[in-house]
Amino acid sequence: MVPLTIGLGLVVAVLQTAWHRTGKEEYLRMTKFWGKLFLINFIMGVATGIVQEFQFGMAWSEYSRFVGDVFGAPLAMEALLAFFVESTFLGLWIFGWDRLPRRIHLAAIWIASLASIFSAYFILVANSWMQHPVGTEMVNGRAVMTDAWAVFTNNTALVTFPHTIFGAFAVAGGFLLGISWYHLYKRRQSGIDTVDADGRVVVGESATLGRNRDKTDYTVWIKSLRIGAVVAMVAFAGVALSGHAQAQLMIQQQPMKMAAAEAACHDGTGFSLLSIGDLRSGGATTCDDVVGVFEIPGLLSFLAHDNFTTEVKGVNTLLPEYQEKYGTHLPDNPIYGERAGTEINYLPVMEVTYWGFRLMITLGGLSAVAAAVALWLTRKGTVPHSKWISRLALFGMLAPFGANSAGWIFTEMGRQPFVVAPNPSFEGIDQVFMFTAAAVSPGVSAGEMLFSLIVLTLIYAVLLVVEVVLLTRYVRGGTGSAMPELHDHPDDGQTDTDVLSFAY
Amino acid sequence: MEFLPTLWFILIAVLWAGYLFLEGFDLGVGMLMKTFARNEQQRRVLLNTIGPVWDGNEVWLITAGAATFAAFPYWYASLFSALYVPLVLVLVALIFRAVAFEYRGKAHTRIARNAWDWAICLGSFTAAFGVGAMLALSTTGLPLNANGDRVGGPFAWFNMYAVLGGIGVVAFCLVQGLAFLGLKTDGEIRTRAARILARWLPVALLPLAGWAVAVVLLNHSATALAPLGLAVCALVFAWIHARKTNEGLAFIGMGIFLLAGVAAIFTAAYPNVLPSTIDAAYNLTVTNASSSPYTLKLMSIVAAFGLPLVLAYQGWTYWVFRKRISEAHIPEAHPVTPIV
Ligand code: HDD
Ligand code: HEM
Ligand code: HEM
Repeated sequence: MVPLTIGLGLVVAVLQTAWHRTGKEEYLRMTKFWGKLFLINFIMGVATGIVQEFQFGMAWSEYSRFVGDVFGAPLAMEALLAFFVESTFLGLWIFGWDRLPRRIHLAAIWIASLASIFSAYFILVANSWMQHPVGTEMVNGRAVMTDAWAVFTNNTALVTFPHTIFGAFAVAGGFLLGISWYHLYKRRQSGIDTVDADGRVVVGESATLGRNRDKTDYTVWIKSLRIGAVVAMVAFAGVALSGHAQAQLMIQQQPMKMAAAEAACHDGTGFSLLSIGDLRSGGATTCDDVVGVFEIPGLLSFLAHDNFTTEVKGVNTLLPEYQEKYGTHLPDNPIYGERAGTEINYLPVMEVTYWGFRLMITLGGLSAVAAAVALWLTRKGTVPHSKWISRLALFGMLAPFGANSAGWIFTEMGRQPFVVAPNPSFEGIDQVFMFTAAAVSPGVSAGEMLFSLIVLTLIYAVLLVVEVVLLTRYVRGGTGSAMPELHDHPDDGQTDTDVLSFAY
Repeated sequence: MEFLPTLWFILIAVLWAGYLFLEGFDLGVGMLMKTFARNEQQRRVLLNTIGPVWDGNEVWLITAGAATFAAFPYWYASLFSALYVPLVLVLVALIFRAVAFEYRGKAHTRIARNAWDWAICLGSFTAAFGVGAMLALSTTGLPLNANGDRVGGPFAWFNMYAVLGGIGVVAFCLVQGLAFLGLKTDGEIRTRAARILARWLPVALLPLAGWAVAVVLLNHSATALAPLGLAVCALVFAWIHARKTNEGLAFIGMGIFLLAGVAAIFTAAYPNVLPSTIDAAYNLTVTNASSSPYTLKLMSIVAAFGLPLVLAYQGWTYWVFRKRISEAHIPEAHPVTPIV
């Protein structure tokens, strides 16, 4: 949901600017309608964010002690420099319609949405530090920041940031596209819009639904659809380029993650399209029986090294390297709890990394192709009168969400068994790393963890349902759901300027 | 006494004070949704007095937490992990409260609206109680071992101070919410809020004062007596003006009471940030719990720019939305009807 907040926020800001510049009614309606959906979704981001902020201390106290010096700083800056701005100016925007001068009201949405992008930067700096700990020295067994510049310009963060932001735009683009498609289809279905002999649209108006289904309403949806499609395609290009840069860093910083992403047991150059065999690496520490079925020779090397021949190290080459550097068994230190002294498995769960990586790229790519197809199908001004394509368009909104989730699952799971990943060969400081097993709160019982996991999961599940129900209701209400005046009865025009223009 | 850790100790006290001061009234108004407002129209007035600002206020809590993480990772880690269960409840409360603010007006049935009202009311109560209990325990101590981990099971933190702090903050929020309504509304709500405030103000502030006195006594702190005295004067001042229905002065008096009270508590607790009730040698202090000087310096520079800016634009928001709201200002509800 957070990617939608980031992507949609900026879209709304741009739409409001268009309205400000041109004064055209359709842009006002677009701003209000998408702004409403943005707010319904935004609040879920707040609800999940608070938990994240606290859980480091609650569940990962040992981790917090270890990294607080470096990791806490971006989090605190995020709160101080981004969340305050975001929440305050969004409040101004929501309640400021007609209360603030127009320019300042427009500025409020820009400031709020840029702050959300800024907050993403800070959190990605923190997350990237876990992937690639820079600017840090070990002092008395804890990571201590020595170079803030290095932390904030961590090359991992610099490539992850555009990747994640473009990913967010992919979500927003798909969202606009799917919902607009649905409305255009409904206009055709109910006979409001028709097509002439050439297939060109003939825009009509509904006799009963008033301004909610007038000609401007048509413009709202067709423009939203085109904007959405273009945003989705540009975002995919951005994601692919930055993803390529990420892969090049990953091969240096976390070669094991790359190998696991490819389920590559042996060194090679091919990008596998389908591998069969036993990906389940659960307890195993070797990797013998994965067979590449289809491979595109050279592509992996291109992804990682910009050429087609350099071999990318496979799991079997890497395992001994990791074991040599970081030991084969967890040290006999009480912070590892019951796991102290057990054997370390350096191999992430390959099923997850392999399919996570592929799912991310496939779902993202599919939605970009779908966006291009959508543009082509609507070149004559409206959507085909087809129930199935309309359903597909709605369903397709999920693809970019799925790509984002898959990307995160891959990134986080691929880092296992480390919380803070060491950098075997390159730049980073080898001593700065931490095993996940050591990161949890020693004082917190398993029962407490389970309790919180169940409670929070249930709550999020319930709230997700509530959110989807509300979004659906507002989508089905059309632009009128965000603009009560569209249902107005002409003669009771409210002239009482004292009434709040927006109220909960 | 080391300069940077002490500075950050003060800054974190400031953040908590800012949080209690600002979110104090929106938590209070949240609790009043069910206990004070008499009908739907009044509930909507209440909601709209805090509508534009509650999220900004809540960020004070997030910032206080994150600043503790950055400046005193050991304090953050020990306190938050020791209070695991109560904090989960606080988080649940905050989640429901936030979502309820946004979704309440979008509910179609009375039952759903009523459920969201309860979410706001109970969410505000639980959050206020939990934060109060947490701060009280941080100043009076938790059973921590040498590593700073809690011993004695999930509920080992439960004691009289936790209850005192919890009640203290809840009661403070309630009267702060009433005072805020006196400033922000008009009509029946305003007069009734003023009447209740004048009657209950001193009683409601007592538990908070009691907590401050307890911390001062526990630490035999003489320096803390000055802010404590100021807090008592402010309490009397606020009460006098509440009885005269000088809403503005009463609100200011309560604000000074809060700031002086927090100052007294933190001054008395210094240099401990989180005492251990098992052995004083395990106490977390500003020195042994803090980040490196380098990080603290970096954060100080950021805070020197950031904090005044936050105060400036949040102050401006209150100015923009300074108009009083009454039942007549609330537009008709706008149920969304599907057209497709
Ligand atoms: C790439 C984007 C991204 C990522 C990876 C995260 N967040 Fe986030 N977060 C946002 C992007 C964002 C946002 C889009 O900016 C939100 C959504 C709603 C909002 O207010 O800002 C937000 C909200 C939000 C809030 C609520 C702010 C408020 O009350 O206004 C908190 C406390 C956090 N986040 C904290 C975190 C933490 C501790 C994270 C990781 C461990 C995290 N977020 C990951
Ligand atoms: C050609 C396409 C793509 C390539 C080559 C690519 C590459 C990558 C790589 C290498 C990572 C891991 C970085 C690391 O672990 O250090 C990653 C992570 C991620 N990807 Fe992609 N990706 C592509 C498409 C997409 C698409 C379409 C989306 C979403 C719409 C997406 C969303 C994400 C997210 C959310 C993450 C996790 C956060 C991060 O580390 O940035 N990716 N991607
Ligand atoms: C579907 C999504 C996600 C999954 C499955 C996931 C999984 C995990 C797992 C398994 C851990 C345990 C420790 C470790 O990494 O070794 C972890 C930690 C972490 N994750 Fe995620 N994660 C997800 C999304 C995110 C997002 C969106 C962020 C935002 C930045 C994030 C940031 C972190 C951070 C900072 C930690 C380290 C602190 C900690 O251990 O709690 N993760 N994640």
